[in-house]
Amino acid sequence: MSEELTLTIIGGVDKDGVPEPVKFLEVSKGEIIGIVGPTGSGKSTLIDDIEQLAQGDTPTGRSILINGKKPDALTRVDPRKKLVAQLSQKMHFLADMTVADFLQMHARSRGKAPGLVDRVIELANTLTGEPISPDTYLTVLSGGQSRSLMTADIAVISDSPVVLIDEIENAGIKKQEALQLLAGEGKIVVVVTHDPVLALMASRRIVIRNGAMVDIITTSREEQDVCSRITQVDNWLMSLRETIRRGEIVEELA
Amino acid sequence: MKLVVLAGTPGSGKTSVLLHTIRTLVKSGKRPAVVKVDCLWTDDDQRFGKLGIPVHVGLAKDMCPDHFTIYNTDAMLDWGASNNADIVLNETAGLCLRCAPYPDECMAICVIDVTTGPNTPLKVGPLLTTADIVVMTKGDLVSQAEREVFRERVLDVNPSCMIIESNGLTGKGAFELAELISEGPEVRDNMVLRYNPPLAICSLCTGETRVAHKHHMGVLRQLDGFMEYRGE
Ligand SMILES: Nc1nc2c(ncn2[C@@H]2O[C@H](COP(=O)(O)OP(=O)(O)OP(=O)(O)O)[C@@H](O)[C@H]2O)c(=O)[nH]1
Ligand SMILES: Nc1ncnc2c1ncn2[C@@H]1O[C@H](COP(=O)(O)OP(=O)(O)OP(=O)(O)O)[C@@H](O)[C@H]1O
Ligand SMILES: [Mg+2]
Ligand SMILES: [Mg+2]
Ligand SMILES: [Zn+2]
Ligand SMILES: [Zn+2]
Repeated sequence: MSEELTLTIIGGVDKDGVPEPVKFLEVSKGEIIGIVGPTGSGKSTLIDDIEQLAQGDTPTGRSILINGKKPDALTRVDPRKKLVAQLSQKMHFLADMTVADFLQMHARSRGKAPGLVDRVIELANTLTGEPISPDTYLTVLSGGQSRSLMTADIAVISDSPVVLIDEIENAGIKKQEALQLLAGEGKIVVVVTHDPVLALMASRRIVIRNGAMVDIITTSREEQDVCSRITQVDNWLMSLRETIRRGEIVEELA
Repeated sequence: MKLVVLAGTPGSGKTSVLLHTIRTLVKSGKRPAVVKVDCLWTDDDQRFGKLGIPVHVGLAKDMCPDHFTIYNTDAMLDWGASNNADIVLNETAGLCLRCAPYPDECMAICVIDVTTGPNTPLKVGPLLTTADIVVMTKGDLVSQAEREVFRERVLDVNPSCMIIESNGLTGKGAFELAELISEGPEVRDNMVLRYNPPLAICSLCTGETRVAHKHHMGVLRQLDGFMEYRGE
């Protein structure tokens, strides 16, 4: 993963078929880019376009380039060659398999060693409350457990240079730890979020409205300062949440 | 004339995918016609009819729909020719799962719904294992990892197929499918099936309705898997 990598989004049309204001966006290795906008505006649709490496063949008409070029057919479809890992908004698995069988099969589809399965489960259990065991059926996992497992699976098995993350804050798992795990080193990370901490952690954010990319905002110095201040508040909230979850009493008002 | 046989379990997204594919084919100057084979009832003809292409329905009723499709294949091609078509697209019911109605000189496409889970490819049989193209639908409803695991399972049972991840709602994958169809083989006389239809005929096939084992003749498979021949 030491090679250069850029991801280019060529704009398409909004929900009414009108060309979207942002026509071109290039993201480089190591950058975290946010996607923000009202519910239903088309944030997930944008990362789906990136996941599929759309070539004008999705309803938005967008095209995605890798290193300035149209990706070849195998890069688009073969999991062994895929450049993109996606944590979608889906909160549940539908597959009727045990955790271990599923992960083994996924490792194989990505051309990875089966030994990674234990690491995935171990990592998932650092993000979730009640531990997941290898012989549990996927369909009985809770929403939070499923998201933890999906997160760990992406960090360890999918481990791709481009990582797409959809609303990680909504799963009741430790969002900053999860983001760190997924972001790794030198990746392109695209984060859909309604969370101010995560949005301001990004160096830029794409604003979506009515299906279109309407603006790109670069995080200013002031916003970075705000980000570190609200991170403290956020950490405090998280620790309170943990206290309450453990069934303990909240004692002091800091 | 080209023949496309598109099979898959009920509700897997065959018509949805075909509708998008037909639009692409028509745009590129092709003249497709559709024959829908179902068991008892279908309204797919109305959905296809809106595209303004020739549509024909065949109902297999009390016959195996795959058998019905097989021995009506030349009739479908003749009908297509008389309607000035250059591609006959046959959407079949695909209920039997022991038969596969694919002749050798056709484009055999199996449509399979990802939300049914990664064990499904193991259950579908020759419909999937002898297809040239496998179209995975409804991937929008599961995670990327599940799509990848499903794909791996498909390749386990049919290592040489082309897989297209398609979305029947948005039309994703339809362009690639239309391209592959356009490059597909021309039909020839004396087509031969890819897969042997199952062992027949048992006495149920000839109208026996009594349940007990002692009333049945022919090649029978017992619960423990053992096969026997009863009769003269
Ligand atoms: N979410 C989602 N739904 C889909 C997709 N493809 C098809 N559907 C829906 O699935 C249902 C069945 O689709 P059809 O295209 O009628 O399926 P079919 O295989 O032709 O069904 P029969 O002809 O009755 O066997 C419809 O409600 C479609 O809208 C897809 O990719 N994603
Ligand atoms: N450019 C577009 N053209 C046509 N349809 C679009 C476009 N962008 C989004 N849509 C449609 O809008 C709907 C909502 O989009 P999406 O699910 O991406 O919203 P979202 O911003 O992720 O919402 P949420 O915050 O609730 O997750 C979807 O049905 C999607 O197909
Ligand atoms: Mg969304
Ligand atoms: Mg149909
Ligand atoms: Zn049959
Ligand atoms: Zn019989």
